[in-house]
Formats: sequence, C-alpha cells, structure tokens
Amino acid sequence: MFAPRSIHSSTSFSSKIISMDFTLIFSILILGIVSMFAMYSTANGSFDYHTKNHIIRFVIFFFFFLTISFFQVNFWYQSSTIIYLFFFILLLGVKYFGLTSSGSQRWINFYFMNLQPSELMKIGLILFLAKYYHRISTNDINRIKFLFFPIVSLIAPVLLVISQPDLGTSILIAAGGIIVVWLAGVRIKFFAYLTVLFISLTPIAISFLKPYQKARILTFLNPDRDPLGAGYQIIQSKIAIGSGGLFGKGFLNGSQSYLDFLPEKHTDFIFTLFSEEFGFFGSLFILCLYALIIYRIVKIGHITRSNFGKLYCYGFSSAFFIYVAVNMGMVLGLLPIVGAPLPILSYGGSSMLAIMFGLGIAMSCKIYKDSPVN
Amino acid sequence: MINFSSTGKSKSLMISRRMFILSAAKAIVFTGIFARLVSLQINESKKYRTLSDKNRFREWRLAPQRGVIQDFFGKEIASNEKVYQLHITPENTVDIEILFVRLKNILNLSNEKIFSLKRLIKKQKPWEPIIVSDNLTWSEFSRVNLFLHELQGVEPIVSVARVYSETSTSHVVGYVSQVSKTDLKNKKYIKDMAVRGIAVGKTGLENKLDKDIIGKVGFQRYEVNAYGKRIRQIYIDKGQVGLNYRTTIDVEVQNFVSKIIENKAAAVCVMDIYNGDIITMASSPTYDPNAFVHGVKQVYWDQLLQHRDKPLMNKAISGLYPPGSTIKTIVALSALENDIVSPRLSVNCKGVTELYGEKFHCWKKKGHGLMNMRSAIQRSCDVYFYEIARRLGVDRLSITAKKFGLGQKILEGFSEERAGVVPNTKWKKKHIGQNWYLGETLHSGIGQGYFLSTPLQLCLMTAQIANGGFKIKPRILIDPKDNTDNLRDYIKFKNENPNDPLPTDLLVANFDLNPLFRNQENINFVKDAMYAATNEPGGTSYRSRINNKKFMFAGKTGSSQIKRFTAKQRELEVKQDDIDYLDRDHALFVAFAPVRDPKYAISVLVEHGGSGSSAAAPVAKQVIKKVLERDSFRISQISRKGDEI
Repeated sequence: MFAPRSIHSSTSFSSKIISMDFTLIFSILILGIVSMFAMYSTANGSFDYHTKNHIIRFVIFFFFFLTISFFQVNFWYQSSTIIYLFFFILLLGVKYFGLTSSGSQRWINFYFMNLQPSELMKIGLILFLAKYYHRISTNDINRIKFLFFPIVSLIAPVLLVISQPDLGTSILIAAGGIIVVWLAGVRIKFFAYLTVLFISLTPIAISFLKPYQKARILTFLNPDRDPLGAGYQIIQSKIAIGSGGLFGKGFLNGSQSYLDFLPEKHTDFIFTLFSEEFGFFGSLFILCLYALIIYRIVKIGHITRSNFGKLYCYGFSSAFFIYVAVNMGMVLGLLPIVGAPLPILSYGGSSMLAIMFGLGIAMSCKIYKDSPVN
Repeated sequence: MINFSSTGKSKSLMISRRMFILSAAKAIVFTGIFARLVSLQINESKKYRTLSDKNRFREWRLAPQRGVIQDFFGKEIASNEKVYQLHITPENTVDIEILFVRLKNILNLSNEKIFSLKRLIKKQKPWEPIIVSDNLTWSEFSRVNLFLHELQGVEPIVSVARVYSETSTSHVVGYVSQVSKTDLKNKKYIKDMAVRGIAVGKTGLENKLDKDIIGKVGFQRYEVNAYGKRIRQIYIDKGQVGLNYRTTIDVEVQNFVSKIIENKAAAVCVMDIYNGDIITMASSPTYDPNAFVHGVKQVYWDQLLQHRDKPLMNKAISGLYPPGSTIKTIVALSALENDIVSPRLSVNCKGVTELYGEKFHCWKKKGHGLMNMRSAIQRSCDVYFYEIARRLGVDRLSITAKKFGLGQKILEGFSEERAGVVPNTKWKKKHIGQNWYLGETLHSGIGQGYFLSTPLQLCLMTAQIANGGFKIKPRILIDPKDNTDNLRDYIKFKNENPNDPLPTDLLVANFDLNPLFRNQENINFVKDAMYAATNEPGGTSYRSRINNKKFMFAGKTGSSQIKRFTAKQRELEVKQDDIDYLDRDHALFVAFAPVRDPKYAISVLVEHGGSGSSAAAPVAKQVIKKVLERDSFRISQISRKGDEI
C-alpha cells in the first residue's frame, strides 16, 4: 500500500519536475501576468514604482515558490513549529520596533523590503496546527486538554495582530487556524461553544475597536450613511464594477480608477480596477482562475498520503479561498471593508511572499505525496 | 512516534469528510460572488455607468450675453460693455484667509463683503468659482494682475455686462440686476439656466423681453478627478447671445423730452396715430439704470425709494391720474354716437349747476354763458358736460371710453403697467359695493371721481380720435416680420381718391381696419373742437398754439383734482400756486399734430402742475415741434425698414 522508502529517495530530479502540478503552476503564472497588467493600469499606463516592484517581486517569489516545492514535505513537517515560533517572534518584534504607517504598526524594515509578519503568520499557523493534529491520536482530538495548544497558538498571534491594529489580517489568520482545527475533527459543539462565547464577548470587543473600525462596520450595514466618508469606498467600488458592464471599459480606460475615485486601487481594490476595465467576463475569468487554484490544492490534499499533507493542503486551500472570498465580497459590497488583499493580484510583498510560501509547501506535498512524515 | 495505520486512516477519513462539507460551502460562496457580479455588471450596469459618468464629468455653465436694445434709428440704448471681474476657485487656493487679507489690501474690500463671500464659499462646492467682484475698475484690475503670481486661485476675467447709454429711457428699457428669490420663483427659465452671476431684467423692456433677450446658457464639460481637479475639457457649448430688439422709441426725442421735464414729476407719451408706434414714453424724474447692473448701492436705493416724486415709477404706464377735462372729447363723442344730443345743443353756464341740492361748479367761477358743444370743448366748460353726462349716463360713457383704450392695459408684457378705472354702475357695485349716484355721473363727465387713467392710455385715446376713429395697437417693439401698416394704406387710398368715401364694412374688408365709430362725422366734430381749443381765441390752450401750418396742433387740456376745493377756497379764488405742492392739481394735455394731416398724438402729464393750459400744454408745444421736425427722417427710416434687421 505504501511505496517503499527506497523508491522515494531514488526519485530523480526530472521525475520530481514531472510530478509537479502544472495546471497549478500555469494558473499562478497567468494570475501573475494579469496582476502585472492590472498594476500597470493603476499607474495610468506607466511603469511606475508600484508596477516595477510588483513585477520584480512576482518573479522572485515565483522562483521562491518553485524552490520551496523541492524541499521534502517531511522537512516542512519537522520545521513547522520552528517556523511558527519564528513568525511569532517577528510579530512580537513588530510590537517593539515595527514601522508605523497611517496609524498602524505592521511592518518590520528589512533592507530589501518592509516585511509584514502578520501575513506570514497566516501560513505559519496553518502549518503549526496541521503538524499538531497530525501528531495527536484521533481519540485525543476532542479532549479538552488537547484543545489548549491550538487555542493558545491561535489566539496569541491574533491578539498581537489586532493590537497593531489590523482587524482584517487577524480575522484571516484566525479563519485559517479554525479551519484546520475543524478539519482535524474537533466536535461541532466546541465550535458552537466558541461561537456563543464569541457573540457574548462581541459587545466588549466592540468597545476595543478603533472608531474607524466601528465606522466601517456601520458603513457596511448602510453604505449611504456617509457617502463621502466611510461609505465612499464601497460606493465607488460598486460604481466601478457595475459601470464595467459585460465587456468592461477597456484596458487603461477605467475612469473610476484613473480619476482616483477608487481608493487603494493597487492593493485591496485591484479586483475592482480589473473588473471595471475588463467587465463581467474579465471578472469571471479571475474568479475561475482562483477556483481552479483552490481546486488544484484540494486535489493535492486528496492524493497526498500523510494527514499532515492533507490537513495542510485542505487548510491552506480553504484559507486561500477565504482570502479571495473576503476580498471580493468586500469590493462587491457584500462584506465590510476590512483590509484584506487579494492573493497574488494585490500589490504587497509580504502577502505575495506568504502566498507563494504556502503554495510552495502545497506543491511540495504534491511532489512528495507518497512520502511519510515523522 | 505516532501510530500510523489505524488512527491515521480514520483521521484522514474525518478530514476528507469535513473537507467535503467545506468544499460545498466554498462552492456556495463562489456562486454568491458570481451572482453578485451578474447583478452589478449585467443587471444594474446601466445605473452604475450613469453614476460613473456623473463622477467623471462636471459642467461649468457660462452666462450668456444679453441681446441689444436699439432705438428706432438703430442707436443702442441697452448694450453690453467689457467688464473686469475677479473670481476665486476655493479649491485652488492655498489659504483662503490669507488670500482675503491680500485682496482686501489690493481692492479695498469691505469686511462685510468678505464675510458674505466666506459664507458663500461654505455653501458651495470647492470647485465652483465665486465672484469676488464683477466690476473692477481698470486700475484695480491691473493691480490684481500685477500681484497675480502671489494670489493662487484668483482668476481675473474679462466679461461683459449690461450698460445703458441714456437715462431718459430708464423707464421704458428698465434695468437688469442680480437674480433674486422672487425671480427664481417667477421666471422658471432663470432657475433652469442655473448659472452664477447672470443678470435678470427687472422692469420695462428688460423684464418683458427677458426670456428671449437673455440668451442661451453655454457650458463646458470637463472630466474631473476625485478631487474635482479638471483633467481635460470634453465639450464646450458657447451658448447664444440673446436676441436683439429694435424699439419704436426715438432716443433723440426721448432725450429732448426728458430734458424739458427734468425738474418736474411728469410723463410724456408720443404715438404714431396710424401704426401705434410709441415714439416717446418719458417719465420724470428718472434714475440711473447702470447703478443696478452690479447690485445697487444701499444709499442710492434708499434715495430712490424715499424720493417724493417716485423716480422708479414709470408714470406713463404705472401712474394713475383722473383724466380730467381731457375726457370731455370722449364724453362728447359718446353723446354724439349714441344720438343723445346734437352738437347744437346749447347750455347756459352760470359757473355752477345744481342737482338734487348738490352744487356742481364750473372751473370758471363767473361762468361761460351760452355754450354749444364745440365751444364747450374749446373752453372746457364743466357745466355743459355735467348736462351732457347727465343725459348720457355713465354706462354708455364707459363703453365708449373703454373702446378708446381707457381702463385696460394696452402694452403687452409690462408688468408694471396699470389698467386704471373706467367707472360704471356695475363696477361700483362690484368694487365699492354701493349703488351709483347720479352726482357721480356728473363728476365722471368731467373726468373726475372714480376715473383713473395712465398718460399712455390718454395718448392712445387721442391717437384713435386723430386717426379718424380707428383702433390701433400701441407698440414699442418693431416686429421685423410684421410690416403691415393698414391704416396708412387706407389714408393713402383716401387721399388719392378723395371723392370715394368707403362705407365702414368695406373699410374693414379691404384694409382690415377696426373702426371705433358709428359715424365718422362725430369723430371729425371732436377733432374740430380740439382744433378750436388750441387755435381759436378763448380756447384753453390758445396760448400754446403754433401758427406755422407745419406744426399746428389741436389739443385738449385737463387738470385732475387731487383735493376738492372748499367753498371758502372757491370764494377766495385761491390760485393753484398758493396751495401745498402735493395738493395741487395734476396738469394734463392731449393733442394731435399736424392739424391738417395728423401724424402724431401726444399726452403730457405734469404732477401737481396746476392747470393743463399753463403747465402741460407748453411742454406739448415744444415736443410736437421736435417730433414733427424729425418726421421726415422717421418716414425715410420706415421706407427702408424692409432691409433693416
């Protein structure tokens, strides 16, 4: 049933390449190319700082992704706790010597880029929990004692990120973690308890929210509440997408974006820009591309033997799905504006790095799908 | 080391099962996103495209240039001049406070002005320019230009504004000024134009013609970014200059008249008796219409409002005066037309007559003696007309008076025009709620009592008597499309065929005329009596006659009583000059000229002037001479009217 170790170890480099998921690779590449065009358009058709940076980053991180893929899955299994701890330390570092920009402290300055450790933590937490649930026995999963670690490992970074403050990223980190816990088989009732607890804590949590965060939630509930203030982003985003129509206004012709009606157009609202210029068919194309990527990662999880690999791939694909769904839901006016980038398409090095790292480990699971982890 | 086989397998089953549930959830969410895309980009695309265009485009409206108003000979009496304006676009300024301090030094702006400008800035969008000053002097304008590099957001603009060349035409032409709330309510097109800084006609022709003379608003459409900055111009429509108009007014006569009555409270109207052209319609005192164009100064405004003689009022059409003895022409005509009396009827005037114990005085205390109708008109005998009026009755009189244009508005579109009153029994019942007394008929017979008319109405009345009793429509604007002059055609025909008097129905059919008489002889009788009043010794205006045949005129004096004389005053023969100015009679005079071949009718009113013969007729004499001197010039202009405008 299991392939002998010898076969695995003797697998040649070329056969490793052959065993890669090329559909996934091409999907990523296409998305990357689309993102370059979109970034070019945000600069009204010029290679400005953002466009150049984005292209360079994509190229570097794409090779980073390929490199990661060739590490044995067992390596990632073994080092996942260290990776988690490393990311956690970085998060702590942000707290003490992070960079502050527009009121929140999220970045650490490395000389080549400003790193946002909270983005990396999205992957780190999934990795850590996948390993944890791989290790413990089925019987222990639902024991309270064994819930302690996951909860602590989840809540600690989330609290750190919330305090930056960065509500959006902290929600995404938590979502990734909770999904892994759920996939591992923790009983529904724990989630039910958690939900009840969460709801009962909501009033207290709200009192901790920054005024602008409260405003955003209220605005989501009624965007016309303050059309020139907090509701402005949602309204302008909907206008941009809606005015794109079936075929869009054409590349570089998105009036909403080039006349600056669209906020944050190269980060959170990149999908809006693309949607305005390429219309319904363009949006659908992007949506399908993301669906394909998610599907391919789920498929890797399906064929990989180890529970670590399964937990990781399923967890990561679901987290990836959530990133896409939250961002699109946000720009389409279905969710409040929480500041969640769209994977690969949005400008932002840390986000790209995290996603490529996550994809690399998934690809590693594909290449080493039959190798056991311990 | 973890047990790999059994628990691992059941765990993996659990994972796969839960993943299946999760996948289903993902599919649902993606379907939701898909549905949202369909709804936004397909179903509601049109709505959002409109919203997107609304974001993108912004229009700036351009105030159009008003059309020009000319006099009969093409002289511009209301035209446009270059003005230097100063606009500020608040969003382009660095610091509006500092800017105002700088401007205050350069332009001597008052603190109140700055305060109101600041309030305006708060009210409107930052990209909308505000007009700091719409009429800078050249030196102010050049000073602003000198400092322009320090005044970011300030735009010196050369624009056009209304300018009036004459003050004599102020009442006819009216004036323009800034749009008020009432204008917005009453003139829908002003609201639709929605353009800042536009001037709107307030009175006179400017008000009457406002809709067409104001022009069509132009606009510039710009693409703007989210901050309102103009990116590029997409479209420009320069708008249209308003229509130009030529009036029937002769500015030279108007100025001449205005000069004569300068120091009086008076009105003079001169009308072409054949086509109704108003050659002059002057009112005094007058005012400076240019003072209103850029917003009238409070001091000047107060001065105008508080002036005893009401300079803002166009006395020719808004002033209501009892017609006095000038109505006797109509009373006589009405009596003749209704076959009430014969012109030969004689009445002995003893200076007073009695009706039911009430005394009715003639203006001549000693009485005129034996009077017939001609001499009664000539000498303006009141007692004779008390008798005529008594026999005629007020209702028949009112029919004739109305036929000749009294008691109704006769100009179109002059909102300040008033109708006046031609009383009759029904009118009194309706407006005063009492029955008519015979005594009041007697007062009506000499144009007193309830009778009220405007100088223009009296002019029209006289014109329609002078032209042989045909209805004319007074006009003040030349209609380039309407060149007909039926009455003149008829006169021409009649002069060429002197022995071929046409019956009335043929006149109507052939020349499209509207006779106001039953028997033209009656009209001619009245005309002859008016001739006597001016040109025969004993006539009330004999002293103002002109013997030169070319200028000879026929007229009827009148004085309208402000206050009835008391018996004591009558006894003492108090003179008009001896009583308070405001209690003195209004002096009236109506006339037509030349006598032989009448062309023009005139009415003169001098408020509190005393008697018509001493105050009004001398004015008429001068005016008639001037008008007739310019007659040939005017005729030559008419003959080439075809190629004008």
